[in-house]
Amino acid sequence: MWSRFAPPVGMDRRHFLSHMAGASALLGSSMSLGHSLRVHADTLKKNHKSCILLWMGGGPSSMDIWDLKPGTDNGGPFKAISTTGDMQICEHMPLMAKQMHHMSIVRSMSTREADHNRGRYYMHTGYVPDANVDYPSYGSVMAHELASQRPELQIPPFVSIGGASEGPGFLGMSWAPLGVSSNGRIRNLEMKLENDRLTQRRIALELIENSFIAQNRGAVLEDHRKVQGKTFDLMTSTQMKAFDVEKEPEEAKERYGKNNFGQGCLLARRLVEAGVPFAEVDLGGWDNHQGIFRTLENDRLPVLDKAMSALVEDLSQRGLLEDTCIVWMGEFARTPRINADAGRDHWAKAWSVVVGGGKFKGGKAVGATSEDGTEVVGEPYSSEDLMASVCHALGISLETTFTSRNGRPMKIANSGKVIKDLFG
Amino acid sequence: MARIIQDKCSQPAFKQARFGNSTRKRGKFRIFSPLVGGLNLRRAGGFFFRIAVLLFAANVAIAADDKPAAKKDSKRATLPVQVAKIDASMQASWEDNKIKPSPVEDEVKWCRRLFLDLIGRIPSYDEFADFAKDKSPDKKLNLVNRLLNDDRYTEEYANHWSSVWTNILIGRNGGMENRSLTNREGMQKYLRDSFAQNKPYNEMVVELVTATGTTKPGTEGFNGATNFLAMKVNEENGTQATAAVSRIFLGLQVQCTQCHNHPFNQWKQQKFWEFNAFFRQSRALRRYVSGSVNRDIDHAEIVNEDFAGEGRRPEQAEIYYQLRNGLTKVAYPAFVDGTEIGKSGYVSQVNRRNELGKLMMESPFLDKSIVNRMWAHFLGYGFTKPIDDLGPHNPTTQPELFDELSSDFRAASYDLKQLIVWITMSKPYQLSSKITKDNASDEPSLGESPKFSHFYTRQMNAEQLFQSLAVATQANRKGNLEEQQKKREDWMRQFVVAFGTDEGDETTTFNGSIPQSLMLFNGDLIREAISTESGSWLHAMTQNKGTIADKVQYLYIAGLGRRARQEEVNVAQQLLAARKNDVGGMLQDMWWAILNSNEFIFNH
Repeated sequence: MWSRFAPPVGMDRRHFLSHMAGASALLGSSMSLGHSLRVHADTLKKNHKSCILLWMGGGPSSMDIWDLKPGTDNGGPFKAISTTGDMQICEHMPLMAKQMHHMSIVRSMSTREADHNRGRYYMHTGYVPDANVDYPSYGSVMAHELASQRPELQIPPFVSIGGASEGPGFLGMSWAPLGVSSNGRIRNLEMKLENDRLTQRRIALELIENSFIAQNRGAVLEDHRKVQGKTFDLMTSTQMKAFDVEKEPEEAKERYGKNNFGQGCLLARRLVEAGVPFAEVDLGGWDNHQGIFRTLENDRLPVLDKAMSALVEDLSQRGLLEDTCIVWMGEFARTPRINADAGRDHWAKAWSVVVGGGKFKGGKAVGATSEDGTEVVGEPYSSEDLMASVCHALGISLETTFTSRNGRPMKIANSGKVIKDLFG
Repeated sequence: MARIIQDKCSQPAFKQARFGNSTRKRGKFRIFSPLVGGLNLRRAGGFFFRIAVLLFAANVAIAADDKPAAKKDSKRATLPVQVAKIDASMQASWEDNKIKPSPVEDEVKWCRRLFLDLIGRIPSYDEFADFAKDKSPDKKLNLVNRLLNDDRYTEEYANHWSSVWTNILIGRNGGMENRSLTNREGMQKYLRDSFAQNKPYNEMVVELVTATGTTKPGTEGFNGATNFLAMKVNEENGTQATAAVSRIFLGLQVQCTQCHNHPFNQWKQQKFWEFNAFFRQSRALRRYVSGSVNRDIDHAEIVNEDFAGEGRRPEQAEIYYQLRNGLTKVAYPAFVDGTEIGKSGYVSQVNRRNELGKLMMESPFLDKSIVNRMWAHFLGYGFTKPIDDLGPHNPTTQPELFDELSSDFRAASYDLKQLIVWITMSKPYQLSSKITKDNASDEPSLGESPKFSHFYTRQMNAEQLFQSLAVATQANRKGNLEEQQKKREDWMRQFVVAFGTDEGDETTTFNGSIPQSLMLFNGDLIREAISTESGSWLHAMTQNKGTIADKVQYLYIAGLGRRARQEEVNVAQQLLAARKNDVGGMLQDMWWAILNSNEFIFNH
């Protein structure tokens, strides 16, 4: 009878027990940690693709950052400066200016959703909100496609840092983001329970869980079991060291910026090094209906500039950029016309996003907007096109089709078209 | 294989239960009566007998419900006609869609469902037992009426609906923001009082839309209803108030039409600003903490002030808005159906929010939006998806029934308790959550319109979990109602994630994801619930008489409303050995497993 209290299938007992000993097992020393990660990174380089989404909640004014119109009525006070790429960007992004040979700007995004919730959903999924079908977000899609490349990964494949991201939609809760704060701390991770006891409790739990699932009361119950399985994995995994951003040298913390977004980007780099396929880092505060230029110059842009440039620089120096895509975007951008409160309102018709890494060619500015910034000149690109391009840059086939639970096939990235200029 | 074993194992247990009396006489089981503080299990008869009754009654009920029980007992209470209307409409829809409804759910499971939906928590052991014991053919209606009208439940009923509506009106984060003008306690107090006295729904809406006064309990001129709009009238010319009032009370989504005509929605930009004009006399004034150097906000006061209009002509107080091509247009207050009111901005001549309140009372959208909301609350999905979009572009399930229930609710003077009886006594609410081969296609989460042919399994929300644990382990909780409420609010905050937009958008991590799982595995609340320290519920149970099996059975009934199966009792025995005969340790492990199970956390 005692054999029934063996560790769960899929986890070897010694491995399991060694991490049941308490919090100390989850920490480890920083020396061995750094070393093992570097070794790990070398093996990852071969075929492990990852993606980091820098999500700018609120809708950043891309014409004040990536597509300046100095000297025009709508242009605002910021000057454009040259970069290492074939474009100019805002003077308050001097560190990024030195990294732009790795990154490209799409200046001809044109979308229709200018409400925060709708825009956030559309840019995260490639689909406009639909009351009947719940679509999976970037992180869930990419994690779903890339997780099979690394069966040894015990950390959830989609980590959302400092924000909520969007959900897994019809892929089910087991593809939901693991939300963590930017210091990498995960609430309630510690068990404070002696060695075998959790395993024993789990047997009692699974008796109830499994027989209830067998009663056929809905697919959500199966998802519940899967999420619990992932939770057990996470609580007992040495890979969780990746979250220990505190162990980074002081120099790195300073370079990324000692704020939530800076530390979040640093954490995202650590997660990618540990093999996590998708990390999303949230920087809010872009909904600048009032006093936009002061806020951008003194607050948002310095935070963004430091963290984003440090991330690009680190990934490229560590040889990870060719396998790691970086995507910078918000739900939309802001009106070219400056309003009476010296702010800009919501604008989705013509705006910019930034991508780099993976198969993306760096240093380019693709597309353009009219002189007053209100219209796209030339071919406009959609959320679907951007998502298709990111998939392509990660080597994910655009022929990939998801089958939702009711059997309806759905093409990845909503059949968007790859933005060719980003690749050659 | 496992399933077959379970079924076999559960057979003898069922027989023992069914003939509980004779088993008791044989003295095979000792009587277990945990007379611990706060549990109220003082009646004689013993634990085991009650379980027997419980299961026996439940099984009889399943059989009885398939027959027309009403014929047997002419004294049966008559149900409101709306129940028959719902049932007939559902039956027709099932036939049209060539599906068959699931069987009626086990009564004890239904009882758990009702408690969760109606007062926001699972039933206590005693409440399960009382219901199972009731032999009346009207036991279900009696229970609904008891939860609605018995003084014992007034406070819980009011608290539950107060927390539901607080989230609707100000969100889960309302009042928590930096320098917030919203007083969350004030909002809750207003709602608690309203639900405790069963205020007609339309009166509540008028009060919320037209409220003036202060937001904080105990301040002069306190009116808790002001908290709904306190953060929505000042910024951006009251566009938040415009969007919230139309969406929540009329089911009209207008936020996109603020900036442009909506491509699918009939609403035009003009309508948005005409509706917005109703809020332009309203201001939320900040009242500061006296002597505070940093001008900390103590509370807010909503006032109506004369509105000069953007053209500075108070007698014709207009507002301007811009089309996307830059042209400026004028708007005056006009209701969604086009009804105009006086254009004056002087409050003494035209109190714009009061006028809005009156116009809303005439609107059929008022009736439909609340019926839809309540239907979705009990049945998981509304007649439209999402429930707060009733625009003509959005398809409606069973539109005739929806219209009829809506006008019936108006005719019933907006009595929410009547509406609750109609829904909870209707056939769809009685159905099992077990999906059969004849209704497997009815799965709204896959994009199908809901047919309500089986109960849709759904997760408890965080408030329901908190309150359910309070009941199941009440001996562990300290503090009065106010302290409990405070504790719950603090605990709830961990699940709120704000999106950091001007509109205060937010989401919850209590959504079945890993953070929720971790909280249930290891969080403080669960640690408290499974505590075996002196004075705790589990500790008291270990101190009481009764066999190990009795104690385990007690846990299963308290948590899941059913007996443990033989296999589950066997695991308890093994755990006891693993814990070196520490009964408390074993009960702790079992209770942890129960609280973490799908059967516990889902409403089914």
